[in-house]
Amino acid sequence: MSAQCLVEGAARGPSLKLDDPLSFWGGFDSSSGKVIDRFHPQHGACLSGAILFMERGRGSSSGASVLAEAIRLGTAPAAIILLVEDAIITTGALVAQMLYQIDCPVVAIRNQTEWQRLAALPRLEVTAGAGSAMLTPQP
Amino acid sequence: MDLTATDHDILEGRQGRAAADAFTLVLKFAEAVGAQRLLPCASAHVDGCLYHGEASLDFVERYVALEGRVKVPTTLNVGSVDLIHPELFIGDAALGAAGKRLMQAHLELGCTPSFTCAPYQTLLRPGFGDQLAWAESNAIVFANSVIGARTNRYGDFIDLACALTGRVPDYGLHRSENRRAGAIVAVTGCKDASPDQAGGIAVAAGLAVGRECGDTIAAITGLPGCTSEDDLKALGAAAASSGSVAMFHAVGLTPEAPDLAAATGGRQAPVVARLGPEEIAGILASLSTVADGTPLTAVALGTPHFSLTEFDRLLPMLDLAPFSVPIYVNTGRHEWDRLSADGRAGRLEAAGITVVVDTCTYVTSIIRDLSGAVMTNSGKWAYYAPGNLGVDVAFGTLADTLVSARAGRVVRA
Repeated sequence: MSAQCLVEGAARGPSLKLDDPLSFWGGFDSSSGKVIDRFHPQHGACLSGAILFMERGRGSSSGASVLAEAIRLGTAPAAIILLVEDAIITTGALVAQMLYQIDCPVVAIRNQTEWQRLAALPRLEVTAGAGSAMLTPQP
Repeated sequence: MDLTATDHDILEGRQGRAAADAFTLVLKFAEAVGAQRLLPCASAHVDGCLYHGEASLDFVERYVALEGRVKVPTTLNVGSVDLIHPELFIGDAALGAAGKRLMQAHLELGCTPSFTCAPYQTLLRPGFGDQLAWAESNAIVFANSVIGARTNRYGDFIDLACALTGRVPDYGLHRSENRRAGAIVAVTGCKDASPDQAGGIAVAAGLAVGRECGDTIAAITGLPGCTSEDDLKALGAAAASSGSVAMFHAVGLTPEAPDLAAATGGRQAPVVARLGPEEIAGILASLSTVADGTPLTAVALGTPHFSLTEFDRLLPMLDLAPFSVPIYVNTGRHEWDRLSADGRAGRLEAAGITVVVDTCTYVTSIIRDLSGAVMTNSGKWAYYAPGNLGVDVAFGTLADTLVSARAGRVVRA
């Protein structure tokens, strides 16, 4: 599989697939972990602790700060599984790791069929290390 | 990754500890996005001054402690408080203090105290082809599309890391082959629109580009002949609100799109949206959460920050004063200096306009009465304020917002 590790780390949890990309800034509340974009189909959903499937990044570049703050507060997703790589999400997770030594692995799958297949699994374990990523179904 | 002698100097600490530390972030980021090398960076625009919690401040203080200095001209995006008119801030005092420290910490790193989301207007206009490390979604789109400079969608942190190292990863929109349009948004029946209507058409086209194109670059055809640089600014801001847009081509208007073939690089690109006057009216109507006739509590202009030419469009409309509700206009402190120097500021004050600098009414506590709807001519404000501020919003053209401010309810010019 051609999955690319963007931010290293390990995580496990229930998977949650977003029907549309989400801007973390303006669309996500770091204090509650919930989606607050009123136009988003999953408005109100809580992302905390989830293996979050999101096709791509979106919106304001301040999303990196909101994600880093959510990681610090423990309200962030446990891992973010993208279809295509996103610079803003990568940065937010990298900085949280630098400042607080808390991992929120970020992976780009780069294959639509594979991304859809993984997103349909109820629980996953993510192990992302130097250049490679493993996503394993969990019971 | 091919590192140059300069890169090795930075990495091995010969340009200071802060540069070396920031370089590790630039390098990891560059590897994550698949860059093969780093480029010298002409300028940075840093979006780290909005306080999003302790992480914002912890990151900057890390480099203050390491005695960091930015290596290229670096402008700052808006902060949480108006440092020139601090009394306008009505939010939580501790939050205000943290936001103020965040702004000052950036100045200690050598950043320019611009505090604007539109540094390209009066302060630091990049040249065509310049390689930049810019953050703030509207500024990114404007630099790429309207100026023809080159930046990716850099975010908080990486923008400052590039500024502290003077290096930017060579990928994405830094490379010519990635700057061609892959989709067409065709505007029809609008060629002869008035300058006031052109503002709304630009916002509708921008929202459609964001929704339909994602990160595929759009070539927009058929925009009104009178579409101004301010309208293109509004278009880009709307597009970057509704989608992950970093660049568009407005055929016949923007520098890399003298014609459709130049915009697409001669490739076939599908028409993904056709927008006639009816579709445009529908898109703009969907931005309002209240019906026409609804009472207003304020009007919010200047998202992105108002330019001097926008003030010149606004000034004749002040003949409508007195207004029934407050009108807030966000702009940069450098624009405000010019307005103050030439007397335009006095005319705004006489008409009761509240000019807000260094920040923006949709990200911080400025507007005193949010009990009713707020009207705006900004697609970006309309898109985000209901979520950020929990407020109802009405969208209109600049002229609509002024006649509504006089009437105290949503009316159309």
